[in-house]
Amino acid sequence: MTELTKHEPTTIYIKPSKGLAALNLRDLWIYRELIFFMVWRDVKVKYKQTLLGMAWAVIQPVMTMLIFTFLFDRVAKLPTEGIPYPVFSFTALLPWGLFVVALNQGSRSLVAHNNMVTKIYFPRLILPISSVFSGLVDFAIAFVILVILMLYYHVSPAWSLLWTLPLFLLLAIVTALGVALWLSAINVQYRDVNQALPFLTQFWLFATPVAYSATVISEKWQILYFLNPMAGVVNGFRWSLLGIGNGPDITLWVSTGISILIFVSGLFYFRSMEKTFADTI
Amino acid sequence: MTTAISVNNIGKQYKIGAAESKFRYNMLRDVIVDTVSAPIRLAKAMIGKSDRRQNQNYVWALKDVSFDLEEGKVLGIVGRNGAGKSTLLKILSRVTEPTIGTVSVRGRVGSLLEVGTGFHPELTGRENIYMNGAILGMKRAEIDSKFDEIVDFSEVTQYIDTPVKRYSSGMYLRLAFAVAAHLEPEILVVDEVLAVGDAEFQKKCLGKMGDVAQQGRTVLFVSHNMSAILRLTQEAIVLNKGQMLMRAPTQEAVDFYLSSGQAQAGQRVWDVGDVPGSSAPFRPISLRIKNRSGKAVDTVRSIEPITVEFEYQLDAPVTGLRVGFYLSTMRGEYVLASFDTDEPNLFEKFDSRKSGRYVSRAEIPADIFNEGRYSIGVNASSFGVRRYFMDENAIAFNVDISGAPGMHWSEPRVGPVRPRLAWKIEKIG
Repeated sequence: MTELTKHEPTTIYIKPSKGLAALNLRDLWIYRELIFFMVWRDVKVKYKQTLLGMAWAVIQPVMTMLIFTFLFDRVAKLPTEGIPYPVFSFTALLPWGLFVVALNQGSRSLVAHNNMVTKIYFPRLILPISSVFSGLVDFAIAFVILVILMLYYHVSPAWSLLWTLPLFLLLAIVTALGVALWLSAINVQYRDVNQALPFLTQFWLFATPVAYSATVISEKWQILYFLNPMAGVVNGFRWSLLGIGNGPDITLWVSTGISILIFVSGLFYFRSMEKTFADTI
Repeated sequence: MTTAISVNNIGKQYKIGAAESKFRYNMLRDVIVDTVSAPIRLAKAMIGKSDRRQNQNYVWALKDVSFDLEEGKVLGIVGRNGAGKSTLLKILSRVTEPTIGTVSVRGRVGSLLEVGTGFHPELTGRENIYMNGAILGMKRAEIDSKFDEIVDFSEVTQYIDTPVKRYSSGMYLRLAFAVAAHLEPEILVVDEVLAVGDAEFQKKCLGKMGDVAQQGRTVLFVSHNMSAILRLTQEAIVLNKGQMLMRAPTQEAVDFYLSSGQAQAGQRVWDVGDVPGSSAPFRPISLRIKNRSGKAVDTVRSIEPITVEFEYQLDAPVTGLRVGFYLSTMRGEYVLASFDTDEPNLFEKFDSRKSGRYVSRAEIPADIFNEGRYSIGVNASSFGVRRYFMDENAIAFNVDISGAPGMHWSEPRVGPVRPRLAWKIEKIG
């Protein structure tokens, strides 16, 4: 009995939520350790029972970079604004990799954990958030490879701009999370998302200046092109790390605006669907 | 005393899709039309203009349920399948929202619904304890301080650094239960956890629940096991079809529940729409589990004979028909199978049956079953020729063992059967 009187238990009121409910960020804060554990579990489990283990985190982006180098540099000879193509493409593959993880794992996160969703209360936001965060681990590994590549090709970073990198990383996370929120919530009811994902990923890759430079897009289409928030993220990474491109101009603000729009609307859509997750999943 | 749980007029409505679209794919044309219009349907559905909405039905899984529970009380919840017990627990543990009504809950709700949720087979026992603890809402420091206790309780100490995929199902379950049991919530919700695990483990679970209750925590206990309800709770509520029929001292509530033979209990009726067209000319009508006094019941006593009664219609004469059932535990182990023409004389007489309405009735003698829940699947076939109809989970029933052999020892007995054997003891020297 003494144990019980130690702290006064809080009273929780359960009632049907109506319309746009509050985001309930307090619960998210209380459960913050769960995000850490989910990320930690994802990382631990990801390469279990594989021969090459963590090496896959290196092999995957490096292979993509090699294929791109062969196709777009050797064969298609795309312009790279004076940067060796491997460094040029790998700089873009960093945020792109993060985005792909978010898109794929994030969109499936609720359905993949349906046993948790139907049995326990916890803030459902934790699932898409932690799948986006687990992409950061691969991001960190890929970042080390980029440093090695830059040393190898004697590309010196744009030191004066480097401080902006965290901001662009934040933009990448916000974009990825926004898309993951939308798709994961839709996926609960319509598994069409699963079918559309491979196609969507591929299409999005072509619509983003990962393999090529955004400068190949003609002037009058620029604004339209940067409605794709990932275009702004990738361009920003190149500007911040390599010092190429225009830096923050109207195109970046278009991308940022869209990104925030997706994120905020995603939060509210997710929240409004949350109450039905356990019933429809 | 303060109120731990206060439930006010809650209701939960579920959507059930119409059966209409189930048999639509008869023609290639339909399939093509359906495929082509799919993206339009999806778009419509997403902006909320689904044409499906009109033929959707709603059911109330729970309606007008109100009760208060004081801190430190243990409340039993009884009712047959689909009575709304699980829905109630899900609302209390905030897994799902009520459609109407409010609930206030004082303190953390821990639930033994969620044993092993979030366990990952590749992680070790140690890692899973932390993971599972976090999912259940424990802080890392809290898990640290209880870690040894959890491991001790689970009895898997020497395998704690082995991935749980190498565990036996018993070890897995013990570990999972150990974490849930050490959550120490102010309110504990237990649903049918006793249906799993071996006898030894079940005993441990019941013991833990008793401890929790004695520490002054509030417990909600849902079970089909009437003796466990009687043993562990002082008070119980009876739910039927989403409504609360009564709240009374446990003995009274259990008596009411067992004797009322609540409406549909112990009976399964097939509507025309439930029967696939392929089963013609055989048409199942109903299946009943009856007790000694001929009443269809959900719970039978092991010391009384049980009658299984299957009523069906033959729309044309059938040759070589045999109708029977498979009986299994809820864990899926078969206990027995039996057919109505097993006896040679019945086989001669009913191998060919004219069209008409029939009842095949079997009496299962007393003193066969052990405590627990059993499932009956029905089957109508011509051996080696054709299977007309099968429903693997046609009906389920509970067995209450009061009066069964060996009840003066409180230990649960292993195995699905608990026959009364003809023991003799002789002194031979």
